[in-house]
Amino acid sequence: MSSEFMQPLIRVESVSKYYRHRRILSSGHIVHALNGVSLSIAPRSTLALVGESGSGKSTLALCLACLERPSSGKIWFGGRDIATLAENQMRAVRPQIQLIFQDPASSLNPRFTAFEIVTEPLVLQRRWKGRQTREQGFALLERVGLSAEMASRRVGEFSGGQKQRLAIARALSLEPKILILDEALSALDCSAQARITNLLLELQSSFALTYLFITHDLAMAAHIADEIAVMNRGRIVERGDPQKLLDSPEHEATRRLVAATPQSIITSRMLGA
Amino acid sequence: MRFMLRRVAHAAFLIFGASILTFLFASLAPGDYFDEMRLNTQIAPETISALRARYQLDRPLPLRYLRWIDSVIQGDLGYSFSYNSPVRPLLWVRARNTFFLTLVATLLSWGLALPIGVRSAEYLGRFPDSLISWTMAALLVIPELSLALGLLLFAARSGWFPTGEMVSVDFSSLSLVHKLQDLVLHMTLPVLALVLTALPLLVRHVRAAIADVLDAPFMLAARGHGIPRHRLLYRYALPAAANPLISLFGFSIGALLSGSLLVEVVMGWPGLGPLLVEAILSRDLYLVIGGVLLSTLFLVIGNLIADLLLYWTDPRIHADLVAK
Repeated sequence: MSSEFMQPLIRVESVSKYYRHRRILSSGHIVHALNGVSLSIAPRSTLALVGESGSGKSTLALCLACLERPSSGKIWFGGRDIATLAENQMRAVRPQIQLIFQDPASSLNPRFTAFEIVTEPLVLQRRWKGRQTREQGFALLERVGLSAEMASRRVGEFSGGQKQRLAIARALSLEPKILILDEALSALDCSAQARITNLLLELQSSFALTYLFITHDLAMAAHIADEIAVMNRGRIVERGDPQKLLDSPEHEATRRLVAATPQSIITSRMLGA
Repeated sequence: MRFMLRRVAHAAFLIFGASILTFLFASLAPGDYFDEMRLNTQIAPETISALRARYQLDRPLPLRYLRWIDSVIQGDLGYSFSYNSPVRPLLWVRARNTFFLTLVATLLSWGLALPIGVRSAEYLGRFPDSLISWTMAALLVIPELSLALGLLLFAARSGWFPTGEMVSVDFSSLSLVHKLQDLVLHMTLPVLALVLTALPLLVRHVRAAIADVLDAPFMLAARGHGIPRHRLLYRYALPAAANPLISLFGFSIGALLSGSLLVEVVMGWPGLGPLLVEAILSRDLYLVIGGVLLSTLFLVIGNLIADLLLYWTDPRIHADLVAK
């Protein structure tokens, strides 16, 4: 699946994000989290964004999800530049681009039951009423592999993998077009990682989802993604087919990432894909 | 239910302990009510010792404590020497006034602290927050006494507010609406003094608790679902930040209560404060003990309410107790 021939679902044009560190007396220094990032993602494809920590991956994710406003640049989505929308218009866009975080334990409201977590977005968006919401809630839980009797449990009673399933169900409840997975598998153990990966691939085909898969794990990226983009110091330094990128990395940052990944894992993951 | 019973038992035990300590310390203080009579040469020493014997002040301490407990059970709470009456009716009216003042001040200060603190946390480090923080810091450094005196001065100079007492002299002849108006006018200054002293601490705690929660990923996720700002702050952030605040609520009742004793004395509010000061100065032993114990009772009940609220609002505490 190559993105060149398809109209991209989301297109980022030279987006930059600065943070100003304010001090009491001096005017402080400016941190360039993103430095002119451009990328596009084709519908129903998976783009993996890899890079060392601090390279700007998560900032980009927040900008895409309309949770941070870029300092400059454009983000085209659904025929509009969502980077410059007014706050209340942004709120209307947010449901279509959902984020899943690294630590499911803290991304789920600890006071809610599983059922409440999954249906809260529906109730708030007033998509459905009463019985429909109930049915939809149970259907979502079942879809991600959580049984109906787990619906009344609270977050603390779930395992890490189950919590991440719950986070996925919640994200899906708003029928998003794009799912941004920000290190979503990093906090899980190997077997849970594998099961959630399979779930994600399965959901992608049945809901026609587009994924932006953010990770520092190059092998995992190669396994799941159609394409890999490498970030370094707020820029995208290399982008291409996973196999090609692993075999002949061009940029220094990519080479460092490849070197940090044991060869055996890469081959086994690639064979699996 | 068992949680509640345990809490109530705990509170009862606390009050019992406080009664022993209050009794002990009040009795350890040198001198008693009748010592001043000795200076009066017209009263024979025999009369004074007869009076002391009548009020059983010559008995050993444990016996006096038991006698006092007996009178508490009968509802008298001991006997006031200077008022020549059982303590309970004296305390009752005063305690009602103090309770009323504290209640209004508590509700008002929390009613203000919550929205101010939430707003402050929302704009952490930026415009409204910086103004709020500086104002609160300024309020924090003004001692309660000078605040109360300043307000009194303001009332005296402007003549807009009465300076003392709870109602006007002709209160009983007023119509219901005017009665209410009169009461509100009299309350404004004491309540203002209490609220202004309590507010900085509360606002700072609310701000810190909310600011902590606002950074949590689940708040980011909730924002990502397109949930409106107001609902995010009050339905998501506030409940998640509630636990330390509810505990603070119990504590704030105590702080406002002890604050109100001072404010009452300065502003002439007919509550427990002025009565206690008088009683302490004249060494009216049982009145002092009764007043202190009543304040303790308020405090303990305030904390009990906070505990029960905590239990009621946080499903995790339920779950923990069931699991045990």
